[in-house]
Amino acid sequence: MTDARTLQADVIVVGGGPAGLSAATELRRLGVTSVAVLEREPTAGGIPRHCGHYPFGAREFKRVMKGPDYARRLVVAATGAGVSIHTGVTVTSIEPGPCLRLATPNGLTEARAKLVLLATGVRETSRAARLLGGTKPAGVMTTGTLQSMVYLEGLRPFKRPVILGTELVSFSAIMTCRHLGIRPAAMIEPGLRTTARWPSGLFPALLGVPLHLGTELMSINGRDVVGSVTVTDPAGSREIECDGVIVSGRFRPDRAVLHGSHLGTDSATGGPEVDQYGRCSDPAFFAAGNMLRAVETAGWSWNEGRLIARTMTQALEGALPEATTSRITLSGDALAYCVPQRLAASAPAMPLPGVQLRVNRAVKGKLVLRVNAEDQTPKSIDARPERRIILPYPDLPQDAQVEIRLEEST
Amino acid sequence: MPDTIPDPKLLHDAIIIGGGVIGCAIARRLTLEGWHVVLVEKAPDLLDGASKGNSAILHTGFDAPPGSLEQKCVAEGYAEYLDIHQKLGLPLDRSGALVIAWSEAEEAALPALMDQARENGVDDVIPLTSAQTRKLEPELAQGVKASFRVPREYLIDPWSAPHAYVLQAALNGASVVRDCTVLGGSFDGGQWRLETTKGPVSGRVVINAAGLYGDKVDTLLLGRQDFQIRPRKGQFVVYDKPAATLTRHILLPVPSKVTKGIVVCRTIWGNLLVGPTAEEQESRDMAQLVPETLAALRQRGEEILPALAGHDITTLYAGLRPATEFKDYQIHARDGQNYVTVGGIRSTGLSSALGTARHVHRLCTNMLDRPALPAPDWPEVANLAEAQPRDWQTAGNGGIICHCERVTRRDIENALTGPLAVQSLAGLKRRTRVTMGRCQGNYCVAALARLTKGKLAHPMSEAPDD
Repeated sequence: MTDARTLQADVIVVGGGPAGLSAATELRRLGVTSVAVLEREPTAGGIPRHCGHYPFGAREFKRVMKGPDYARRLVVAATGAGVSIHTGVTVTSIEPGPCLRLATPNGLTEARAKLVLLATGVRETSRAARLLGGTKPAGVMTTGTLQSMVYLEGLRPFKRPVILGTELVSFSAIMTCRHLGIRPAAMIEPGLRTTARWPSGLFPALLGVPLHLGTELMSINGRDVVGSVTVTDPAGSREIECDGVIVSGRFRPDRAVLHGSHLGTDSATGGPEVDQYGRCSDPAFFAAGNMLRAVETAGWSWNEGRLIARTMTQALEGALPEATTSRITLSGDALAYCVPQRLAASAPAMPLPGVQLRVNRAVKGKLVLRVNAEDQTPKSIDARPERRIILPYPDLPQDAQVEIRLEEST
Repeated sequence: MPDTIPDPKLLHDAIIIGGGVIGCAIARRLTLEGWHVVLVEKAPDLLDGASKGNSAILHTGFDAPPGSLEQKCVAEGYAEYLDIHQKLGLPLDRSGALVIAWSEAEEAALPALMDQARENGVDDVIPLTSAQTRKLEPELAQGVKASFRVPREYLIDPWSAPHAYVLQAALNGASVVRDCTVLGGSFDGGQWRLETTKGPVSGRVVINAAGLYGDKVDTLLLGRQDFQIRPRKGQFVVYDKPAATLTRHILLPVPSKVTKGIVVCRTIWGNLLVGPTAEEQESRDMAQLVPETLAALRQRGEEILPALAGHDITTLYAGLRPATEFKDYQIHARDGQNYVTVGGIRSTGLSSALGTARHVHRLCTNMLDRPALPAPDWPEVANLAEAQPRDWQTAGNGGIICHCERVTRRDIENALTGPLAVQSLAGLKRRTRVTMGRCQGNYCVAALARLTKGKLAHPMSEAPDD
């Protein structure tokens, strides 16, 4: 921002990643006059900015590209559509109105809009929040930090780290390491199999990185820099020499902007509570992308942003059904969360593609959607935590009581 | 620029060994009293030993043993902090504390503790019933038997305070030499000559404020030690800022003979912390975090404030207290040798530092007497407290680099330049809060590696072709 005057727009989007940029672009395409994106980093584009590897963009741009190219394409598409992108701007609080308090390099200001879209994305869980033991030397970081160092700054923080976790992003960590000739000493996974089902063609990349399944990271050792990690597996405890630790995955919505706000949050996802139109508990606020739940691909978030832009356009026209306060009830302890958490009455809008669900352990059985005490046709599932489940929306009257029940088969 | 010994031939009035909160406060006090001092610290930055991890509370000393040196130093240090904090730009959160009894046995111990507080000059303690306690702190768990309130227990910034002390010393003529380990030394009856990793340094008086290495430094320079450091580890869990709304007071347990027990309190930066443990160990410089212990701390925190369950953890840390086989501080002046040992400053060093420094100066006056500085300079340090204006709120700050703690580019550049410019990432964290927030550096470490390039003793990273 060049000065610290109040910012006004029809729609303000908080967060310039795939979801926020695609929503802003779509809002302009649908004829919304003024759309502004607020991005706190010096450059918009979100996480793909520092994912210097394939594959991004197949769905959005009909070609496969690396993350930074994809991020640039998103920015070009948005600015080309007439979106104004303000970088270096931090939203410090959100208030009814909608009103946003902003911090800029030129001081404090505020922004006002008819509608606000929150799209602040996700980050990996830190070493501290995982309660990892040991000392606190330099060289322990998330994949996101490693990628920022490698791809944005051209730096190499270590030469022989261990990687904790086997999610898709953990594979991305290996790719990032290979880019700068970093040779991971080991990959450690507490489970008995990898979390992500990696595409088989990508497995050769693991060559040279020993995979230790059923292995817990007990402590990180070293005073100034990492010297080793202590791990245990059924055979006992041992040390692996290394000079860094990549703490990968376990994404969580970045919800700092919700702290102290009037918006309802969902403790299960860690994100804001929304209905099928992406509306938050204050219907002037919407949310899209991985802020809703961890974690989907950039392509998914991009599409979600686009769909929610459409419902926001309808909201501006007053065409959305009234918001409801009644929440979907989840029955069955294996159900981790659902998005949306509330269902307003059906409308001819293009909402989120059905209720997104995740389980917290491998389960088989039937998912039954129950509307006003009446069971709908059940859906058979054979699910694992890393796999998304989509349950199509039923036709709903206003203020319907909705329950989703998991009946496990034995 | 690495620090250097000012001039090997220069005879200082005092050489202070150790740049923890005690050494920093002594450097300030002696400088204000007209002494020309040099402070040597073995780590690349100050506050790198015992002073790097504590509860960040300004204690009144209400629970100190009456008549002890610790109690006197805490009371005097407390009073001086209140006196000078505004002038130095240091924050003060007048939180007050509650000492809470959770059992009948603990309840029975409260009257004696209140008497002890009064004997220590803390005469404004107020007994509270269970209902009164919960009215003051509605988030407290059921089961409070009774409590008493200590209105003048406060929260402060444990790193900005000693930084301000040593900065005032430096601005008024003191020298600070970091990354400088004392290797040996001798006293010729009139002056000390110490050998260090940065060359020889001379002084009339030596003050050993080496904290966790206090006994080792005495052995090295005097050939004897009157106490033995027994490092006592304290682990802490720090919760994200929304948790700080759960309590206003510092929530103290009824203390045992060994420890003050596990405290739940806000921090001056707007977090909530639970800790410390009290675990004896051998190592003086490695404080291990133990997941089982941290999980137990977390559970204890939730037993005290049930709403804490579900709050995010921002960070974990473990500090080491320089405890000894004695309960009280071990401050000994060796008149014939112009040497003062300031040892065994366990757990209350932050609160007592300014008072301890005054006590040390009084012990030294018969070794050397100088007229006090008539009009010393008073630096003002950057505010890091959540409740007071910070740099991110003012124009021209260069933008926010650390989003969680809202640390600006200007904050970082200021810490990397000027007097006592930081020389390590740990030092930069203590001076600015950078990477100390909920994401633990996820978003800003890369930019920070760029901004600190060539300025730290241990670079955060290297270019691949280095």
